[in-house]
Amino acid sequence: MNSPVVAVSDNATPFHPASSLDYLPIKQLRTLQSERLRRTVRRAYDSVSLYRQRMQKQGLSPEEIRGVEDLQKLPLTAKSDLADAYPIGMFAVPLEDVARLHPLASAPGKPIVLAYSKRDLETWTELIVRCLLCCGISEVDIIQNACGYHLFADGLGFHAGAERLGARVVPVSGRDADQQLAVMKDFGVSAVCAPAGYFLHLLDRAEKMNVDLRKLPLRTGAFMAEPWNEAIRRRIEESAGIKAYEIYSLPEFFGPGVGSECSCQDGIHIFEEHFYPEIVDAATGQPLPEGEEGELVLTTLTKEAMPMIRYRTPDRAALISEPCVCGRTLRRIRRIARRSDDVFVIQGVTVSPSQIEAAVLALSGTLPPYQIVLAQENGLEHLELEVEVTPQIFRDQVGFMESLQSKLAHEIEHTLGVRAVVRFIEPHTIERSGGKSKQVIDRRIT
Amino acid sequence: MRIPQLSLFIENKPGRLVVPCRLLAEAGINIVTLSLADTQHFGVLRLIVREWQRAREVLEAAGWVVAVSEVLAIEVADRPGGLAELLTIFEQAGINVEYMYAFTARLGNRAVLVFRFNDLDAAVFALARAGINPVSPISLYERLDEQ
Repeated sequence: MNSPVVAVSDNATPFHPASSLDYLPIKQLRTLQSERLRRTVRRAYDSVSLYRQRMQKQGLSPEEIRGVEDLQKLPLTAKSDLADAYPIGMFAVPLEDVARLHPLASAPGKPIVLAYSKRDLETWTELIVRCLLCCGISEVDIIQNACGYHLFADGLGFHAGAERLGARVVPVSGRDADQQLAVMKDFGVSAVCAPAGYFLHLLDRAEKMNVDLRKLPLRTGAFMAEPWNEAIRRRIEESAGIKAYEIYSLPEFFGPGVGSECSCQDGIHIFEEHFYPEIVDAATGQPLPEGEEGELVLTTLTKEAMPMIRYRTPDRAALISEPCVCGRTLRRIRRIARRSDDVFVIQGVTVSPSQIEAAVLALSGTLPPYQIVLAQENGLEHLELEVEVTPQIFRDQVGFMESLQSKLAHEIEHTLGVRAVVRFIEPHTIERSGGKSKQVIDRRIT
Repeated sequence: MRIPQLSLFIENKPGRLVVPCRLLAEAGINIVTLSLADTQHFGVLRLIVREWQRAREVLEAAGWVVAVSEVLAIEVADRPGGLAELLTIFEQAGINVEYMYAFTARLGNRAVLVFRFNDLDAAVFALARAGINPVSPISLYERLDEQ
């Protein structure tokens, strides 16, 4: 354990055969997608009553879907459909052919379960291998897997993929920060898989304990879910001395493995022979012209146990068709601002907490626990951001704190066009349930 | 020469200030002097305590965010013009006094003030050129004990 693996730069990573599908000629890729789509629609129609009923209602038969160009004829599917069909209504295979049933940690409301056939699990593992390779992680790496192993599918996915790749995997899951840092040091960990927000927490902790991650062998991070933007990437890359990549994770499909950034860090390649991407207008559901930003809709092309047809993801994105410098033919989606369930409308503006997080990060370099309060005074709506004071942002000069407060308010007003008040509050005062704080509190009279 | 000062973030509402004071009392830690800067919604409590490391641990263990900064204790003649003379030194050196407050006890006929500067090194240098030595923590606490 005393001789950490020598870091290999992205360019020097030898080509791995598992990546070859990333480079299919586009014509061949479209043919493959169309063929797989026809099979998926047929199976969905035959085995899932929800799909069959919706298609029948439109007078649409599976034969009319001849290829990806006909995709738009199919009805959209939403997360609520998964909840309505709970537990087995969306399964396209008999229960005995289901190899894994994974209950999804969902927001309060109806439960959702994911089903995988044996082949689905195999596909998922291959996809994770491709994700890791995209990020320049290879079999020489020691991978610390800081993703949850239960409730979220992320931990299990990375685990299987990292092992398949032939790397060493350290399954630390969501253990506490000090243990994570000890593992990182003692094992000479060279790559980490984690939710971006959790890694920021590790960085704060490392700083407090005077652990300089830049001096460790750690060189790559594959991050997913949660808020992510360029400010977070910069902070992670600078403080940890690593390259930070985003892996696109969609819990309703597999979790991670739907797409990944490559060494260009310029958009997320979607693994298109498995997931067909479209961008639609969130309000009308109509497809948008190429390059426009809208709701990301994905169709699974190989999933057996739970095929998803034109699934409305909770993400906003634009689709990029231009070839990537890395040479992959897989189309990319541009930076996703996660439209969490906490999206709210204030003064007629639709706001996602991630936009506010970006402002906080840009100004303070860290993301302290916060809560958004929507209030109304004399009939006028305004947004209050309550930010817990952490050692990273606290100074003994009142002027510094006041100026940070007003700069934050200004930044939010500037980016959102919404009146905002920022208030620092004492640490540990925001109510947390199950370790997570509720991000948005609406105190407006409705 | 430099004296560690603990600062705490406190929300400006009833019953908050007493909490850290009570924690220190229970740990048997005496507050030598303090100042409270307040704004509409929050305040910053600055404390000078002898066992600052232990005080910090006690407060952090209770969940408080504690910032440690270095301040200077400077003796000032307790007569008209005493403070103005001292401040002239900083004015001429272009050094900003972020804030200041006083020790409750005096040393002989001199008052002792706590200064927080934007540039501590520059302040020490300017004082040295004027022939003034800030009070070291050791001599400060010894002399306070003698009284």
